[in-house]
Amino acid sequence: MSAILIVEQILNGLQFGVMLFLMAAGLTLIFGVMGLINLAHGSLYMVGAIAAAAVAGLTGSFLLALIAAMAAAAIAGVLVETLVIRRLYAKDHLDQVLATFALILIFSEGTRWVFGSFPLFLDVPDYFSGPVTLPGGIQYPLYRLVLIGMGFAIALGLGALITKTRIGIQIRAGENDRDMIAALGVDISRLYTLIFALGAALAGLAGALVGAIQSVQVGMGEPVLILAFVVIVIGGIGSIKGAFIGALLVGLTDTLGGIFLPELFKLFTDPATATSAGSALASMAIYILMGVVLIWRPTGLFGSRA
Amino acid sequence: MTDPVLATYGLTKRFGALTASDNVSIDLHAGEIHALIGPNGAGKSTLIAQICGGLTPDAGRVELLRQDVTHLPTEARAQAGLGRTFQISALAMEDTVLQNALLGTLSSPWRFFKPALARHDLRDRAMTALDQVGLADHAAMRTAELSHGLRRQLEVAVALTLKPKAFVMDEPMAGLGVDGSKRMTGFLDGLRQQAPILLVEHDMDVVFALADRISVLVYGKVIATGTVDEIRQSRAVREAYLGEAS
Amino acid sequence: MIRERYLNGAILALLFIVPLWAHLADEPFTITLATRAVIFALAAVGLNIALGLGGLVSLGHAAFFGIGGYAMGILAFHAQSFTPVAEWPFVIHGTKSMPVIWLVAVVTSTIAALIIGILSLRTTGVYFIMITLAFGQMLYYFAISWRAYGGEDGLSIYIRNDFPGLNTLIPLHFYGICLAILCVALLFNAALARSPFGLALNAARQTPARVQAVGLNPTRLKLVAFVISGAVTGLAGALFADLNRFVSPAMFSWQMSGEIMIFVILGGVARLFGPVTGAVLFVGFELVLGGLSDYWLIYLGFLLLLIVLFARNGVIGLLAGKEAVHD
Repeated sequence: MSAILIVEQILNGLQFGVMLFLMAAGLTLIFGVMGLINLAHGSLYMVGAIAAAAVAGLTGSFLLALIAAMAAAAIAGVLVETLVIRRLYAKDHLDQVLATFALILIFSEGTRWVFGSFPLFLDVPDYFSGPVTLPGGIQYPLYRLVLIGMGFAIALGLGALITKTRIGIQIRAGENDRDMIAALGVDISRLYTLIFALGAALAGLAGALVGAIQSVQVGMGEPVLILAFVVIVIGGIGSIKGAFIGALLVGLTDTLGGIFLPELFKLFTDPATATSAGSALASMAIYILMGVVLIWRPTGLFGSRA
Repeated sequence: MTDPVLATYGLTKRFGALTASDNVSIDLHAGEIHALIGPNGAGKSTLIAQICGGLTPDAGRVELLRQDVTHLPTEARAQAGLGRTFQISALAMEDTVLQNALLGTLSSPWRFFKPALARHDLRDRAMTALDQVGLADHAAMRTAELSHGLRRQLEVAVALTLKPKAFVMDEPMAGLGVDGSKRMTGFLDGLRQQAPILLVEHDMDVVFALADRISVLVYGKVIATGTVDEIRQSRAVREAYLGEAS
Repeated sequence: MIRERYLNGAILALLFIVPLWAHLADEPFTITLATRAVIFALAAVGLNIALGLGGLVSLGHAAFFGIGGYAMGILAFHAQSFTPVAEWPFVIHGTKSMPVIWLVAVVTSTIAALIIGILSLRTTGVYFIMITLAFGQMLYYFAISWRAYGGEDGLSIYIRNDFPGLNTLIPLHFYGICLAILCVALLFNAALARSPFGLALNAARQTPARVQAVGLNPTRLKLVAFVISGAVTGLAGALFADLNRFVSPAMFSWQMSGEIMIFVILGGVARLFGPVTGAVLFVGFELVLGGLSDYWLIYLGFLLLLIVLFARNGVIGLLAGKEAVHD
């Protein structure tokens, strides 16, 4: 149990967290402004990863792959929004859940049909590969540090977008009173499509970035989606700040819990039981965190009071 | 002086820098209709929420039949005898008129097997209330198919089935036309003997026709309480409503 | 427009006649399919109590399905390996008796539904949906990490469990048990919907403020509905595990939660036979469409989309029209 291990795990937790943030940010905006719960967000994540893998395979350029990921996800998002999502804004949550669940089925099986069940491969580009030596003699993968950096940069960018631009004002006003901004002449249709595309692009980017360190396959998006939901519940719907802090909390809890809980149990029982009990509890740690936050603040840390 | 059936003592509620209720003390005695009037934004909704439940005041208390209900949840106050109607009808639209009326008769909802409609005692109570408001013929109709006026009457009927000791009515005339208003006014007139009514209303004709007493709420403060004539002649009220120089 | 009552009767008749015919024609596979449909129907009836009556969009009902399944799996596993389930605080042995297993499944699902319900009902709307989904996931990952009972690979139970007086190895007998339970559940559901509880719950779904104003607590009503709902779905889980003689974390998955919800929607939310119709249709599609293509779920996805957008009241809604006003 060395300091190096702890620092490494903290960094891993941060990296996991910022990637979750990319998913959660889109979801929370979409729900905050449009009142829409979107289960198909995980499919957009997958679309991004697949597009990146395909383009990287064709061109060898990671940068192009990332751009393709965002573009493909955004296009898919716009398509889905205009064809399906648009009809759901006025409907109740149950309808939205079912319709977007249907989209998951269509995307997942459709992808399997076209690409098969075998994982595609996306590699970390050479200029990002390899370890970096951090102060204290810790070796840490450069790529993961880049991810952390990108995540923070995007968070700042989104924050600036929300607070300092015109679109941001429209978003914040829309979160408050949807009908009002329509009455004030804002083109709601375009705003919604834009927000949906933005959320989709972020999801696609996350899929591509993570796809380089995990595998790219059908169904990769849903576990992340559900975790993003946990992030939003903890952070509060509609709040980018909440999504960021919630994401970091979830990322750190999951990573550090996986390390510390078995160690904690080792104080009480034998190593074998400790490892299994510890990791079982660690797998639930995030949800326990969610439960605790809920008891204390039913609308999340930064959510508006119901 | 008999005890008031419903009373507030020094209710105060602040939202940040805004004082929505400022030391509000009003009471409701048996057999009377006490109207609460005031311009928009005066704090009537906040006051009702503190009286009926859902909002806890920062200071002061609410008493129903001399029992302190300030911190009780809404359902407890209803069980203690407080009936209310909502400004926007709060009814189960998919259900029938009778099913809505039955709601107030369920002293305990923890019965899972016998059909609610087979309980003759509950059914009779519901039908009596419906009869009182003139909706008995519509008992089997779907609430969504009722006209707005009839829905407002159903709104009152549901509160009636509770057999409340006091009513709080939030703009019962809302959306009613001339005929509907007249009918409702006549009905409320007869209702006051059954249970006193704290009536929040905008329609001045109705207020002057029905009220035994009127309280005027402006910026969260009660600036005047009195009979219809007293309020009509009150200087403070004229200033508040008409902006006359003092 | 066919009267809903006749539709219900027709479906029920189908559930009696088809397996009987299959038994006589020696087509055990059909009986297995029918059993699968009936068990799915039971799970969906459970969900519909929370969803249709209570308006609670629970996207984590697989949690209870899985708990029921693992209750069966754990008890039967210990029975077949002749080891006790626990030795502290007192010795608990496994069992292969269905009634006992059902009791344990229902009790554990009830407790789980109580805990999950209390926590989740602190919120409403979208939060509630996300939280129930998250709890389902939590149990999914927990089951995966629980090596003692198979972890990701699941647990196999060699022989079907016992029911006094019947030979459960005969497909028709086991089917009969499941059908009987489904019928009891449907009767209970019908009674519940008409009871004072059902009336209050239904009103709480539509107008919680009014329900409060007449002295009832909408949250408490919803909690009770949620708990009952979880218990019924839990029982279905135990039966499902028995049918397949196999339990795995997949019973906890979000896909399973989604499927249970699809059964309800396909047939018609808040219709008595909605869940049954949906489950039967789903198993039918699985068989027919699944035979045509490995990717049949795409078609299900499109069908679901069409139903949500254009035939909101499901198949029963299409055939029987607007719900008859209860009397």
